[in-house]
Order: sequence, then C-alpha cells, then structure tokens
Amino acid sequence: MYRFIIRRVLSAIPLLIAITLVSFAIMQMAPGDFLTQMSLNPQISPQLIEKLRVTYGLDQPVYVRYLRWLWGVVRLDFGYSFAYHMPVIKLIAQRAAATLLLGLSSTIFAWGIAVPLGILAAVHRNSWIDRLTSILAFMGISVPTAFLALLAVFVAARTGWLPIGGMHHMSYEFMSPWQQFWDLLRHLVLPTLVLGIGMLAGLMRQVRSNLLETLRSDYVTTARAKGVSERVAVYRHAFGNAINPLITIFGYYIGDLLSGAALVEIVMAWPGLGRLMLDALSGKDIYLVMGSLVISSIMLISGNLLADILLAYSDPRIRYN
Amino acid sequence: MLRKQMADKSIKATAERTSLSPGRLFLRRFSRNRAAVTSAVILAVLYLSALLAGFIAPYAMDRQNRQAPFHQPIGIRWSDESGWSRRPFVHEYHSGKGITGYEKAAGKRYYVRLFVRGDRYKLLGLIPSDRHLFGVDAPGKVYLLGTDRFGRDIFSRVLYGAQISLSIGLVGIVITFFIGLTVGGISGYYGGTVDNLIMRFSELVMAFPSFYLILAIMAVLPTGMASSLRYLLMICVLSFIGWAGMARVIRGMVLSIRERDYVTAARSQGVSDWRIITRHLLPNTVSYVIVAITLSLPGYILGEVALSFLGMGIQEPMASWGNMLQAAQNIRVLTSYPWMLAPGAMIFITVLSFNLLGDGLRDALDPR
Repeated sequence: MYRFIIRRVLSAIPLLIAITLVSFAIMQMAPGDFLTQMSLNPQISPQLIEKLRVTYGLDQPVYVRYLRWLWGVVRLDFGYSFAYHMPVIKLIAQRAAATLLLGLSSTIFAWGIAVPLGILAAVHRNSWIDRLTSILAFMGISVPTAFLALLAVFVAARTGWLPIGGMHHMSYEFMSPWQQFWDLLRHLVLPTLVLGIGMLAGLMRQVRSNLLETLRSDYVTTARAKGVSERVAVYRHAFGNAINPLITIFGYYIGDLLSGAALVEIVMAWPGLGRLMLDALSGKDIYLVMGSLVISSIMLISGNLLADILLAYSDPRIRYN
Repeated sequence: MLRKQMADKSIKATAERTSLSPGRLFLRRFSRNRAAVTSAVILAVLYLSALLAGFIAPYAMDRQNRQAPFHQPIGIRWSDESGWSRRPFVHEYHSGKGITGYEKAAGKRYYVRLFVRGDRYKLLGLIPSDRHLFGVDAPGKVYLLGTDRFGRDIFSRVLYGAQISLSIGLVGIVITFFIGLTVGGISGYYGGTVDNLIMRFSELVMAFPSFYLILAIMAVLPTGMASSLRYLLMICVLSFIGWAGMARVIRGMVLSIRERDYVTAARSQGVSDWRIITRHLLPNTVSYVIVAITLSLPGYILGEVALSFLGMGIQEPMASWGNMLQAAQNIRVLTSYPWMLAPGAMIFITVLSFNLLGDGLRDALDPR
C-alpha cells in the first residue's frame, strides 16, 4: 500500500512538470505582458518600466525564466504577483482555502442527500418517488452551473433571505466569533446549493443503479431465500457493495468541482481560486496563473489518489502492489 | 424494471412474429419511451430553427434600437380593451418615467403579419433574402423575449446564438470521436508498447486541470482575432481535452473484440490492419458510440457556455448563448430585467433533451 502511494506521488512529478511546461508555453504566446499595460500609462516613465522589467526578470530568455520559476516552486516560492503586489503562494493559500471550503461543503451536501435518495429510489423502484427523483436528477444534471448561479442570485436579491454573494458581510470584522460563523454559513448556503446540485443528481443516479445491480446479484437472492428481512438484505448485504464503486466517482468529481467552482465563484463573488485565475489571466499576471494551475493540478491529482486509497481500504478485492 | 419488462415483452412479440430486424426492434423500443421521443423532436426543432435563424428571427442579430434598451417582452395578443381581434397583434410601448419599464400606448394595434420584409440576411449562408417569418409594421416592434442593453431583440439573438452554441457540440464531437476512435482502435488492436504509450499520454491529458487550461488558452488568443477562427480554435481546444476518455473506452472494447474468431479469420486471410480496425473492430462499438455521442454532446455546449460566459469564448457582437448569459451577470440587470436569462433556459432545455435522448437510446440499443 505505502509503496503504491509513493509510486503514485512520484509519477505525479513528471505530470506536474508537463503541466507547468505547457502552461508556461501558453502564457508565452500571449501578446504583451503585465508591463505592456503599464507602459500605456503616461504617468509611468519608460525608465521605470525598464527597471521593473529587469527586477521581474522579464528581460531574460524564456527558458531561463521557466527554470528560475521551477527552481522557485521547488522551494515553495511561486513568484510574485504583479497585480496584487504580494507573493503568489500567500495569495493562492487564501483563495484555495475558500475554494476548498466551498468544495467540501457542496460535497457533503451532495453525498448527504444523494445516498439516501438513491437508496429510496432503488428500493421503491418504479414508484412515484423513483420517477420524481429521476426527473429531478435529469434536471439537475442538465442545468448549466452559470445559469443556476444567476437564478440563485436572482432569487436571493428578490427575496432578501440570503446574501447575494461574497464570503463575508461588510461588518464581518466587528462581529463576535459566533456571529462570524453564522455569517459565513449564511454566505455559504447558495454557492453550496448551486455547486452541489449537479453532483447530487449524478450521484443519486449512480447510487440507484449500483444498488439495483447489487440487489439482483446471487448472494442477495440467497440471503432473501434464507429469510432475512428486506431491510437487512438492503442495508446489511447490498448497501456496502453498492457504495464501493462510488468512491472512484468521488475522485472523478474533483475535476468537475474545480471547474464548476470557478463559475460559481465568479457569479457569486466567492473569493476562491477560480476568480483569482480569471483575474490573473485578464491581467497577464503570469506567475499567478502558473501558480493557480499548479495548485489546481495538485488538488486534482491528490483527489484522485485519495479516491484510489479509499477504494483500496474499502474493497478487499483490490490490492495495489 | 419497467423498461426491462417492456423489452422482454417485445422480445416475446418478436419470437411470435419472427423476422423483425434489429433496427426495427430498436425503433419499436425507442418509440415507447415518450421522454426520449419528445426530446428528439425538441432537438430537431431547435436545430432546424438554428439553421433557418435568419428567416425565423424578426430582426438581424445586430439590429439595435437605441430607443428601447432592456425592453420587456412584448406578448402577441388577440384582445385588448377595445375587444377581440381576428388577427394577432402587438401594442406599441413608450419609455416610461422611471428608469425601467416601458408603458403601453393605448389604442393602436400593430398586426402581426407573416412573410414580411425586414433586415437583409442570407438563408443558410447562401441565399440572400429579406423575408422574415413574421413581423409587424413600423413603428411597431415585436420583442417576444424583450431586448438587451443595446435594444437588440433577444428572441432573434437566441436564434442566431443557437447557430453557434448548437453547432459547437456537433463539430466538437465529430473531432473528438474521430481522434478517440482512431487512437483507441490502434491502441487496442496493436497492444504492447504502442498501447502503453498511448494510454500514458491519455492519462496525462486527463490529469490536466482542463477547465483552467482551456481558460488560459482562450485568454491568450489575441482580442482582434476573427470570430470564426476563435470559434474553430475553441472547438479544437474542447475536443483535445475530450478525446482521451473516449479513446480509453474504445480501446477496452477493441481489446476484447480482437480476440474473436472472425477477426482471426480476417487476419489469416491477410486483410490489412487498417481494414481490420475500421471494418471489423470499430463497427462493433457503434451502439456504445451513438449513446456516448448523445451523452457527451452537452459537455461541449456547456463548455462553450462557460467560456463565453467568462468572456473568453465567442465575442460580441456575435451572439452565443454563453455570452448572452454573460450580459445578465450584473446584479442590477439581473434583478430588473429577468428576461435576460432566456438563453440560460434554452441551454437547459437543450442539454436536458440530449440527456433524455441519450438515456432513451441506451435503453433501446442495449436492453439489459
């Protein structure tokens, strides 16, 4: 097991290097750099710009800059953000925390609802509840995240029940810790719903079909033939085996979560990575873009690894050697 | 399962009447699924109206009406204070006193007429014409879904936007499947080192944080780029990410099919590898491919929407559902002019239809 983990972590390194290479190359294709915009400002002298160019190393050839940057990354120095005037790593740490919080809350929301509903639909299949959940699931899978986020903002603005965006109230700094927590929770509700619904719908269908499949297998029939109650047949015998494959899906959703989160964050002014990335892209803030890409890749890779490890723990048939 | 029962029944029915071809069987099963059939019809209507957008839309994509920004939707009516009418008509509106809203001008009716002359367009991009399916005489206006910031008719723009948003899925999927089938077929048939290399490469592609990467690529494209070129590049980028998953599944299927006797027979007769792959292996994956196409098409539509929504995709003044939705992002616009969300509803309907259709196709092609 440890061997497997170490091997996976090691194999992620060339992958990460490939990702950084590709993204560095892409950013080089961009016309102009961060200083081009500055040079349009008549208040800033060309001498100052030239000086900045040297300080930031923008006068060096591409490969020098890449290697320098890569060497920095190894020492956890992701460079400096031109626009925010702070180290990239600090900026990303703040924002990634917000994205992780949102991802975590919507994952909990989705699984918490999808699993019981999926079981219900499978146990009472072809009943009204099965049909209703199946219709809702199709709608949930199909609704575009951006549209749903806009709808949520619209409802929030019209009713005033929940904040329309952001992570904190303006007076957050002056609140007691308990109020702060409550405030954060209130701000978290809508983004969580919007981001979680697609995942919920997909998961629910999976839980349902997996459970149906398992309920049809021979060992469940045997258990039933021996006279165990339906409840025991479903929860004791079938449930565990039906849930197992879903753990791989958990890893698979992380990629979706990251891209979905970007849209939600932008519409709902959630100060996360996606928003940061978009701002960085439009500002040609190259090291910030690179940093975000690397961090999101690491999140993706470690999410998949986590899923594999969980699967190995929960399913005795799987052995990684 | 109801569908299973239905399938069983239809199999029995086949046994009684004997010779029903697989195609026939499929059609029979498919037509029993009401949701899937409805979806197919909806999609057909959507694609047809996108094709004939110029004719159906009452106004040109970029026809502005500076007097009527954010005009509310104007309903086609059959009656008003002065009674019923035998012909449908619309009212004229004047800008009101407040910031928002237009007030109905009493009395005057503008009758909706068919095949009226209006903005010039090219039908199917070829035939120049100025006839529109419907319209009203000036100075009346017919804004079925209201207007946007520049007073452009949203209904017309939704139709023009459909040309982009709907075609992106089709073109993207063709590219993806071409790559996915070829690469997956080669990888599965040859196995060994080739297979290993291809699979490692596809893993690499799949491990990319694709959305951020696509964003980055789209962001560095020069702003002055021709929109048709931008459109093509966007499709290519979306397809480049999509082929890997497809190739892996095809490879798995080909791996098992190539062991069958008829493939060995073909090989022993000296049939070329290429011919075996394209004639004997890939056709066996067709039913999977059809379902996968239907179910992965929404991904491309949603991809375009996400990119254009973030300002990295199709640029103004071209209309796409994504960039139209972007205009609704402003909180004041969103709350005061909710009809700006119309393109979002269109995306939802389209994607839902594709998902229901795909589900129906799967049940009909592979009744387990």
